[in-house]
Amino acid sequence: MPEDLKPRPDEFEPRIVAFFCNWCTYLAADLAGTSRIKYAANAEVVRVMCSGRVDVQFILKAFAKGADGVLIGGCHPGDCHYQEGNYKALRRFRLVQRLIRQMGIEEERLRLEWISAAEGDRVRVVIEDMVKNLKRLGPLRKPGQPNLLEVA
Amino acid sequence: MKPKVAFYWCASCGGCEEAVLDLAEEVLNIVAAVDIVFWPVALDFKEKDVAAMEDGAISISFVNGAVRTTHQLEMARLLRRKSKLVVAFGVCAQLGGIPGLSNLTTAGDTLREVYGAAGHPQREYREDGRTLTLPRLFDSVFALDRTIPVDYYIPGCPPSPKIVADAFQVLLGGELPEPGTVLAPDRAMCDECPRRDTHPQELKLDRFHRVQERVLDPETCILAQGVPCLGPATRTGCGSRCISGNMPCSGCFGPTSRMRDYGGKALCSIASVIDVSDEAGIDRVFEGIVDPVGTFYRYSLPSSFLERKRLE
Amino acid sequence: METATAPVATRRITIDPITRLEGHGKIEIFLDEKGAVDRAYFQVPELRGFEKFAQGRPAESMPQITSRICGVCPTAHHMASTKALDRLYQVEPPPAARKIRELVYNTFMVEDHTLHFYFLGGPDFVVGPRAPAAERNVLGVIARVGVETGKQVIAMRHKLRGLIALAAGKAVHPVFGIPGGVSKALSREDAAQFRQVAAEAVEFAQFTRGVFEKVVLSNSEYVDLIKSDLFTHRTYYMGMVDRENRLNFYDGALRVVAPDGRQWAKFDPADYAQHIAERTEPWSYMKFCHLKALPWRGFSDGAESGVYSVAPLARLNAADGLATPQAQEACLQYFEVLGRPVHHTLANHWARVIELLYAAERMKELADDPEISSPDVRTLPTAVPHEGIGVVEAPRGTLIHHYQTDERGLITKCNLIVATQHNAARISMGVEKAARGLVNASTVDDGILNMVEMAFRAYDPCLGCATHALPGSMPLLVRVCGPNGDLRSTLRRDADGSIHRG
Repeated sequence: MPEDLKPRPDEFEPRIVAFFCNWCTYLAADLAGTSRIKYAANAEVVRVMCSGRVDVQFILKAFAKGADGVLIGGCHPGDCHYQEGNYKALRRFRLVQRLIRQMGIEEERLRLEWISAAEGDRVRVVIEDMVKNLKRLGPLRKPGQPNLLEVA
Repeated sequence: MKPKVAFYWCASCGGCEEAVLDLAEEVLNIVAAVDIVFWPVALDFKEKDVAAMEDGAISISFVNGAVRTTHQLEMARLLRRKSKLVVAFGVCAQLGGIPGLSNLTTAGDTLREVYGAAGHPQREYREDGRTLTLPRLFDSVFALDRTIPVDYYIPGCPPSPKIVADAFQVLLGGELPEPGTVLAPDRAMCDECPRRDTHPQELKLDRFHRVQERVLDPETCILAQGVPCLGPATRTGCGSRCISGNMPCSGCFGPTSRMRDYGGKALCSIASVIDVSDEAGIDRVFEGIVDPVGTFYRYSLPSSFLERKRLE
Repeated sequence: METATAPVATRRITIDPITRLEGHGKIEIFLDEKGAVDRAYFQVPELRGFEKFAQGRPAESMPQITSRICGVCPTAHHMASTKALDRLYQVEPPPAARKIRELVYNTFMVEDHTLHFYFLGGPDFVVGPRAPAAERNVLGVIARVGVETGKQVIAMRHKLRGLIALAAGKAVHPVFGIPGGVSKALSREDAAQFRQVAAEAVEFAQFTRGVFEKVVLSNSEYVDLIKSDLFTHRTYYMGMVDRENRLNFYDGALRVVAPDGRQWAKFDPADYAQHIAERTEPWSYMKFCHLKALPWRGFSDGAESGVYSVAPLARLNAADGLATPQAQEACLQYFEVLGRPVHHTLANHWARVIELLYAAERMKELADDPEISSPDVRTLPTAVPHEGIGVVEAPRGTLIHHYQTDERGLITKCNLIVATQHNAARISMGVEKAARGLVNASTVDDGILNMVEMAFRAYDPCLGCATHALPGSMPLLVRVCGPNGDLRSTLRRDADGSIHRG
């Protein structure tokens, strides 16, 4: 693993929630595992049957619950097991990116990647790249945020 | 002994008060059946009268408006103590409402915008030995249930006369529904829309229009005409009044029970009707949604998962 | 509840909340050692910040967003906003659209003035200012005028609001305003309904006039109260007028008359910023307007003070007359009894009834116009938006919406001057004067405190509306006092930014 991605005790470790589609990306992640490809452990993976299953509410809830980044992994265009699901994911993704921008959340914290079942190493590349970006951006929740119902 | 009832407004526009008056003659029956002990728009009872009551003396308090100031928080807590039931009346109390758009900014920025750099009104001000106080603004706007436990919700901006009348009947009648119930049908607006029959099986849009860009046909589904309409994601009960006014639904009746974050779901429903599959084409279409937050979270930002724009 | 006598040791009386108006407010009355009123303050403790969160919103959503400033007068905000959009997009609505807007607008004026007369301000006269609190409300009114009359009032409002919903989608928070037109045309059946109800509205307005005459004008105690110095202020007055200087609620020029009644200024509403200034007091979220040309001299009357008033009393003073026959006759009678201009704050209630009649007659005129059911109600805008100002006379006074946008039509700046702000200074003065004249530690009771509230209620204030304003160069006075409170020096910054030391 590259030096700059090894976890350090005093440093911010971004937490990523990753929604991986069952037929492509999840298998790729499995492949990375069986191929013993080492990569940063920052992602918590949720398996969904299709990237099109990812409701926008899931993405927003992940951020609300403390995720510093959200990753959606699906099949390449044309390869979706359910024909159109990944296009639906793409449409929602592009619109919700505009929304989170208005909410003060950097667009790069939300990412959509096409990763096929054979692309085990691509999972590593994407996650490590995302971790690097998120370390640069910092945590989503700034430390010491006040309890909003308290008045100074 | 007639049940005691109170109506109060927090960060409110008074439209929910008007919604009660829009029961017209029916209001006289309700007024005859209850003892209204507090209703600042119409009656002269003061806060100290409420404070002097025993805890739980008020059968139902209907509270409209969002919570935005320290004083409104105090009043919400006071009414909760003095009431057996508290009902969030209208979308501001239920979800935060349009004042909830203030969650895109802060109290400081708001005060600076309104009063300029020269200075804003003070929480405490002394002059010649006299002390005057004003409540402080929170940085965020809150739906009522973020501040006190709420028993029931009456949705809408404002609730329609039928929804209000039905809610009063249920609450003042014998059988109370399960706590937490939203007192309106649990179906989407499209279900009861007068233009339902013109909604195609599958919508395939390649452009969104802003309302001033086209003349809307008054009989055809508005979403099918390319203007964002949130009917598919919004609870019914309003009588589709905006549609009858030939304007799209903006979502004021909030979510059905099958969604947790209204704006997220509304966004999904709009994203799903476009028929473009390449990234550049998709971006082009969404240029037509010029204000996603204002469109999808117009009434519900404080009650969304994210609650507010990220603070600096 | 307040006790009939309070010990002289009581130095502060709080009325919280003030009632029978829209919005939140409290009155703080401070007594001196002798138990007389030292000072009284009319405080508005709320602010929602529409001008700030309007930024970034598409201009075409503003008629529906700004209507949420007030659910009692949403149609006023909706209309001022829609007119601002016309200017923003440089587009003229077709004549039928303009007529529909004015028709709906006058329908709204009738029902809102009716609300105030019977539900909000009226109880003070019909039931009596010092009647028990539990009776001082619309139910007390119905008990006095009879259930049948009460039902008639309720039914009339219901019909009027039904018409607004017919044309504009909803009565609370209408939706029909679009730059360059309205969202839907009126069918012949719709127009027929408007005609029918308009005729009833004119009758109802005359009936209301009759109620006022019977209950108020033939009661010498009330007439004395109206004419009393206690509720009188000699200020400037502002209202919207047509080319012949007759009152118009929907469109026209703004006209200001001096305390002696002579025209002092007449200007295009788009130039409001040249004529109107504002100041902030540290004890209220509501900002106070005054005439820009006159430096702020504190809360005071007279031609030297820039304090002015809007709404019914002011509008009748600022206009030369009314453009409909029955209302004009009522107006002439009013000035015959009270002289002109009228400085008696409580006469607002009378002026409101006359305006109610005018609005009903105007509603009938527009409903009778065959063009009202023309299908041509939209002009599609083509210009790139930049800036627009829209002004109407809301029931409670002149309402100004001013928007600036980027080239996509997203709001970059939003200034709102809302009716009650124009009245804010005069309301404060009125409350303090009434408190001084009525309240004493040994005699204060709930009825007397209600009479202090009558000083603001006559204006039919809308405090939810009023907590918005135009930021900008604010006149500021700094007083440097010694430890004993003696004034050592002053520093004054005027509205033009110049600084003076004293």
